[in-house]
Amino acid sequence: MSTGIGNARREADTELATGPLPSITSPVRPLPDGSPWGILGTTAVVVGGGTLLLGHGVGLAVTLTAVVYAAAMYGVARVVEGPRKAMDRLVTILVTAAFLVALAPLVSVVATVVANGVARFDVEFFTYSMRGVVGAGGGAYHAVLGTLIITAIAAVLSIPVGLLTAVYLVEYGRGKLGRAITFFVDVMTGVPSIVAGLFAFALFALFFGPGVRMGFMGSVALCVLMIPVVVRSTEELLKIVPNELREAAYALGVPKWRTITKVVIPTSVAGIASGVTLAIARVVGETAPLLIAVGITTGVNLNPFDGRMATLPVFSYYSYVAPGVPREPFLDRAWTAALVLIILVMALNLLARLVARAFAPKTN
Amino acid sequence: MKNQRHVARARAAAVGVAAGVLLAGCGAANESVPAGGAAPSAGGTALSGTISGAGASSQQAAMQAWIAGFTGSNPDATVNYDPAGSGAGRTQFLSGGVAFAGSDAYLKVDELTEAQRRCGGDVVEVPAYVSPIAVVYNLQGVTDLQLSPATVAGIFLGKITEWNAPEIAADNPGKTLPDQAVIPVHRSDDSGTTQNFTDYLNKAAPDIWTAKATGTWPVQGGEAAQGTSGVIGAVQGGNGTVGYADESQAGSLGKALIKVGDAYTGPTAEAAANVLAESTRVEGRGDSSFAFDLNRTTTAAGTYPIVLVSYQIACSKYPDAAQAALVKGFLTYTTSADGQQAAAKAAGSAPLSDELRTQITPAVTGITAGA
Amino acid sequence: MTSTTDAATGRPTARPVLQVGDRVFVNLTRGAGVLLLVVLAGVAVFLIAEAVPALIAPSDELPGGLTLIAYIAPLVFGTILSAAIALVVATPLGVGVALFISHYAPLRIAQPLAYLVDLLAAVPSIVYGLWGAAVLGPASVGLATWLNEWFGWLPFFAGPVSATGRTMLVAGLVLAVMILPIITAVSREVFRQTPKLHEEAALALGATRWEMIRMAVLPFGRSGVISGAMLGLGRALGETMAVAIVLSVSGGVTLNLISSGNPSTIAANIALQFPESSGLAVNTLIASGLVLFVITLLVNAAARAIVNRRREFSGAN
Repeated sequence: MSTGIGNARREADTELATGPLPSITSPVRPLPDGSPWGILGTTAVVVGGGTLLLGHGVGLAVTLTAVVYAAAMYGVARVVEGPRKAMDRLVTILVTAAFLVALAPLVSVVATVVANGVARFDVEFFTYSMRGVVGAGGGAYHAVLGTLIITAIAAVLSIPVGLLTAVYLVEYGRGKLGRAITFFVDVMTGVPSIVAGLFAFALFALFFGPGVRMGFMGSVALCVLMIPVVVRSTEELLKIVPNELREAAYALGVPKWRTITKVVIPTSVAGIASGVTLAIARVVGETAPLLIAVGITTGVNLNPFDGRMATLPVFSYYSYVAPGVPREPFLDRAWTAALVLIILVMALNLLARLVARAFAPKTN
Repeated sequence: MKNQRHVARARAAAVGVAAGVLLAGCGAANESVPAGGAAPSAGGTALSGTISGAGASSQQAAMQAWIAGFTGSNPDATVNYDPAGSGAGRTQFLSGGVAFAGSDAYLKVDELTEAQRRCGGDVVEVPAYVSPIAVVYNLQGVTDLQLSPATVAGIFLGKITEWNAPEIAADNPGKTLPDQAVIPVHRSDDSGTTQNFTDYLNKAAPDIWTAKATGTWPVQGGEAAQGTSGVIGAVQGGNGTVGYADESQAGSLGKALIKVGDAYTGPTAEAAANVLAESTRVEGRGDSSFAFDLNRTTTAAGTYPIVLVSYQIACSKYPDAAQAALVKGFLTYTTSADGQQAAAKAAGSAPLSDELRTQITPAVTGITAGA
Repeated sequence: MTSTTDAATGRPTARPVLQVGDRVFVNLTRGAGVLLLVVLAGVAVFLIAEAVPALIAPSDELPGGLTLIAYIAPLVFGTILSAAIALVVATPLGVGVALFISHYAPLRIAQPLAYLVDLLAAVPSIVYGLWGAAVLGPASVGLATWLNEWFGWLPFFAGPVSATGRTMLVAGLVLAVMILPIITAVSREVFRQTPKLHEEAALALGATRWEMIRMAVLPFGRSGVISGAMLGLGRALGETMAVAIVLSVSGGVTLNLISSGNPSTIAANIALQFPESSGLAVNTLIASGLVLFVITLLVNAAARAIVNRRREFSGAN
């Protein structure tokens, strides 16, 4: 082990991911390499094809194929390779099936949004606002900027607070304060988003009067929703950083705060980035709180501290809920706004991964 | 573990990207040029400033047209409208949060006193958006479905469960109706549309529909969907479905003709606008308040009694002169012939009759500045 | 250099040197925690203050003329039912997906796959609502009819089958899809951190891949999975727009999952009723939000209790 964990890990990874299992696990002769595919193909043709021929839907055919394939593989492997290998193969099939099942709604949702949203995915959509636009035409330039500004402010406020809180909970907070924070974070994960908006509004109305609407208020509402997600996911990842790493750092005389910032956080940075992205994704598509806190306007407003701003979810929501006559241009705009929102989060996700990679420890 | 320590020095330079916000000098392509197409505002001189309103989402589509028309002739003015809902709009108006409100119902008595306190005087309350509510249905092979009030009530109560039930057949002599289940679809959200629809059922078929008018659907059963779009979607998605929704959004769905007096009338704009002429103005609310109790049981030919009347609510005077001028200008435009036509075109609403407009114009043009 | 035995023998760790930096850092993190506490406590105080008028008002002034309990009880039922469906469907699926990405998929494509699943989190909830009502709902009618035919004797599938498919079952499935990326992301990251030594030890002893996962990965990741599931549950309980659009809420308390008469959920009900509400009706809605708080709290407390019982597996104990 002392020859370097990095190498050992790598080997283990490739081994786990692709290679056949160590031969000692299979005292009996293993199935030939291609046989799972062969069985799958046969099942698909016989069961799936048969179901389709009998006039049933594709969904049923695929489901039946999967079930029969799993049963067949288990049976064959059990006879040829023994029960343990058979179980292993069954779980492999189940896990793979879980992944494919998870992909199905993704494909369906994305296909729906793209099919409906592509109609207005044009230059005008990204350069025009809705000021002076009646019926067809217009765009969501103002809403794209509004969403970027409001979400950026929310992220800038939430991520440091969330990260530091998680660090406190994992590394320091053992006392009453830690328990209180944990308690409230737990409760807050279930705040209905609209309540966060009401809270932000009530807070700002205290200082600025009931007519107040500003982008910053929306950011605050989003923070309420975002911070718990950041804390919970970060906390979980910091917790599983092996104590050996911390102890090794302490043993070298590294102060605790540097241990945390230089060892603990970098070790889990990929996961933290993933959690942060989830948190952003959670709030960037939020409609209800922005409805209350930020409202909607037809023109561009770049000042988050003054007046209403348009945001993509609200823009999309109102286009869908209150279309004019004819409906189509409104619905098209609603779908395109949703498409833009998804692309936006994808880009953020990618960015988070790059950032994570830059900070992550090099394994070799 | 040596590796971990080397990491400390391995810094990535690419992080700053995250902070890069690309907001330098960007206005939307359409915002420098005023969008034309609207008549000049009442006074002739262009207004400037910003006012905000909030309220009924039913007015949203019309409001977009009004705002576009108004700011077209007053390029320096900005009007915002949050279609947050009538209740929210009234609440915000009462608290002084918005300059004007849109509401599917006129102010309640206690709200009116509060509004008068907020305004320091009379409240301006004018119908601005009138829209027929169609009974829409999706039933293959059946066109021009005719329904009497009692039948509509029976259907939405869940008492009439088959399309070939004797009640429906009696309303549609000579038509072949399918032997199919009736699936009534109603709004799941609190709405002015439901309020008006249940008010109609309660007044026009009091024996069958005993529940009072309410914004939330009062009976259990049937299918529920959110918003006009949701109801239309559910009616389109099912077979044998029937619902109620803003006529302009009905699209290709069938629209039932409703029995008024002895004739069956369809949900047209004119027939809807005629209802206001048949209705009585609520007294004792001040000269500038035009609240109507709609006459649902009218027997006059050519009227369609299932209508939604949405009001615009403002103060008769504002402390700020610029605000007063803007509200006055905007409301004058929305209730003008041009404004009503613009709304009819963009939202499919029924323009107010000239007679009614002559009555309410003084209330709107009387908005002044002063404490 | 490092191994598990070192940690065991080095148990009484020497306290690290206390520096100025340390003190600053402690206070920084504590400050963040306190700030968070203030904000969240603010939300709680706001909710309670707004809910009180509804709590003390006579029942005939509340919406529908019902007592507060009669008004909220069906909503609580609907909330728990929909979230339970979501959790029951999404947790095993999420763990499966996470395992697939962390231990089954070839290393080269694991990252892109993870990215794909994260995409599910990127879809705004209103889109899930529209998708559920327009795509998943109609597609579910066949399944619902089948369930009703064969399992109609179960209260869940008693029917009558909804013609549009906008049922509790579909709402639960939509929620499941929405929380799947949350459960997957957290589980995946935790699984990935499983000490390689444990995995290798299991494999070296002749375990199959599944046995290795069962013995090394799952026990290690249990706390993370539960945490991810709780985050997901929180989202499912509080989800507003998607449920409001998908679910046909025209009934009272019923276990029937495939008909069009369903109880609403607390969050969806707030979204549906709030815009047109004023006065006491708003207080009532906020009181229902407060109830949602309590539910979330109880669920999380239960989860914490489970996690803490298994604390020996977590790294930083």
